[in-house]
Amino acid sequence: MNKLISIEEAVSKIKDGDVLMIGGFLSVGAPHNLIDALVAKGTKNLTLICNDSGFVDSGVGKLVVNKQFSRVIASHIGTNKETGRQMMEGETEVILTPQGTLAEQIRCSCYGLGGFLTRTGVGTIVQEGKEVVEIDGVKYLLEKPLKADFALIFAHKADKYGNLVYHGAAQNFNSVMAGAATTTIVEVLEYSEEALNPDIAETPGVFVNYIVKGTR
Amino acid sequence: MDKQFVQEYIAQRVAKELHDGDVVNLGIGLPTLVANYVPHDKAVMFQSENGFVGLGPTPSEENLDPYITNAGGKPVTIKTGGIFFDSATSFGIIRGGHVDLTVLGALQVDEKGNIANYMIPGKMVPGMGGAMDLISGARKVIVAMEHTAKGSVKILKDCTLPLTAANEVNLIVTEMGVMEVTEKGLVLKEINPEFSIEEVQAVTEPTLIIAEDLKNMEV
Repeated sequence: MNKLISIEEAVSKIKDGDVLMIGGFLSVGAPHNLIDALVAKGTKNLTLICNDSGFVDSGVGKLVVNKQFSRVIASHIGTNKETGRQMMEGETEVILTPQGTLAEQIRCSCYGLGGFLTRTGVGTIVQEGKEVVEIDGVKYLLEKPLKADFALIFAHKADKYGNLVYHGAAQNFNSVMAGAATTTIVEVLEYSEEALNPDIAETPGVFVNYIVKGTR
Repeated sequence: MDKQFVQEYIAQRVAKELHDGDVVNLGIGLPTLVANYVPHDKAVMFQSENGFVGLGPTPSEENLDPYITNAGGKPVTIKTGGIFFDSATSFGIIRGGHVDLTVLGALQVDEKGNIANYMIPGKMVPGMGGAMDLISGARKVIVAMEHTAKGSVKILKDCTLPLTAANEVNLIVTEMGVMEVTEKGLVLKEINPEFSIEEVQAVTEPTLIIAEDLKNMEV
């Protein structure tokens, strides 16, 4: 099958009310071209699952400013004042989650796990409403998987099979989100008809449904 | 002591806690300064929770790579022997106890080792980022901060702000001294000779246990 599609076709698959995982860490390694196309399309009432909410003029922050999310699940929103404003004024529901817990909740969805136990958040407000499980005398919180309709991720390079390699710290949440949603769309800087070295490819193409070519 | 001197002094003292081969994660602000005082005979690897170990200094403009950034999104470098990984691996390293030491600032810390450093109710809440995982997961947690906030007491019997983690802090380093969190309470192990025990106690809510071998704080 041909996984390479246009950015327009990729974004046309996303409907109002969908849940989106979007890769990147403070906009580094975000799928910028897919985000820009989604801003132009104006899809509404989306849920964002992302490490942070970017900046007002960069990354997922542009979608926040365009008021396309009704719900944001992130570990940090401090770099985008608009997210905080929407939260304080009740326009957008914001669920703050410890970063490691967020990553693992996403990973659980990809790997078919029903949840995991973590000491992170025990004795804090993160514990509220969660089951506490004691194992060998240590208290853990039961955290459940996060599911999504789409994972929009970024990689440095893809081959036509969808195998991916990353560069620098741009891997962050991208390879975690690959395969964690019903449909995974990767934006890449380089696309190759020739297969990547299977010893070096980092994300298996089985997790990737569609590839789009980005411009930066 | 002016603010910058105080911060550098605290960072220098914290750096003495580093061991050869340690993997260390430094929080933003004052803790970042610790990287400037790593003893020359100790090889320390800094972890950056956005996805690598081997965090190096800011690059020159010609060596800048927009994809090599720290957890604050600022350009950095990676040292020889460092490695990039994803966020799940990064927090596996953190939760799994593979980070030997984390150094963080605090709004409040108490004698039970509780720490509050991420939110003030009623104010804009930026989020906890990786702080909860780091404090719960790192083998040793050092709070590095000024002893008071403009005179108001930060070392308390019980934190009043929402906690970042419960019973996780091991050591508190301020410009006045070094305090260890123990089951019996806070033990003052070192004191800055510019202050008396009474002066330190006056700005510390719990009663300090004075170590039998109380030393002068040296940097």
